[in-house]
Amino acid sequence: MEKRKENEIKNTYQQIVQKKVPQSSILKDAVFAFVVGGLICDVGQFFMNLFLSLGVSKDDVGYYVATVMVFLGAFLTGIGVYDNIGKYAGAGSIVPITGFANSIVSPAMEYKREGYIFGVGSKMFVIAGPILVYGISSSILVGIIYYIIKILAR
Amino acid sequence: MMDYVWAFIVGGSICVVAQILMDKTNLTPARILVYFVTAGVILGALGLYEPLVKIGKAGATVPLPGFGYSLAKGAIKEVEKYGIIGAFTGGVKATAAGIAAAIFFGYIMALLFNPKTKN
Repeated sequence: MEKRKENEIKNTYQQIVQKKVPQSSILKDAVFAFVVGGLICDVGQFFMNLFLSLGVSKDDVGYYVATVMVFLGAFLTGIGVYDNIGKYAGAGSIVPITGFANSIVSPAMEYKREGYIFGVGSKMFVIAGPILVYGISSSILVGIIYYIIKILAR
Repeated sequence: MMDYVWAFIVGGSICVVAQILMDKTNLTPARILVYFVTAGVILGALGLYEPLVKIGKAGATVPLPGFGYSLAKGAIKEVEKYGIIGAFTGGVKATAAGIAAAIFFGYIMALLFNPKTKN
């Protein structure tokens, strides 16, 4: 008896949840992600062209673009604009490098009350940390494998 | 002008792949970013990301897989130049600007601003 009641409650709960959860349409999400992601990359393209026209070499221009885009992402997160974009853009605002900056500033601001060292200083890396760990480590593996192949090919 | 069209298409498409993964699976954005950087490293190492960079320019380098591509390219380049130690120096060197800027500006912005109260 108790068990049946429990199941009934569970079922009605599930039904309510089903109704309340917004039925996100994948197509709409994809269009927003495409447009916003594309536009952010165009901002990057604008700065790339700008720095190239200012005489920055092709090899170095990536450094300039990365720095500017990270600055923009961090600043827009600080003034609260980036998260508003993110509400609609989903992956479109997460995947560009501006989203990487956003993933650093958001938790750092959130945890400021826990102090500047263990609040800001460590929470900055809640998401950025894993990205750096896996990115850098896998690039080191790539370098080592490349080195071994080079020796074997000699 | 074609620069902007291709940057838009390539960059937008990379974001769509991530969006579909987010909708179809229960992967959190943080996990997707880790997968995308690692995928960028692997594709970069195999030379498969290079064509995207050629076509899409900023459209391929601004998204996170581009960060992975730079890491892999840097590691390979430095191994060519300095041998095995290049595996450890190359990746971070190639991405130093982005990493340093993210830490520096990230810290500054977190000091200057407070989170907006959610409505």
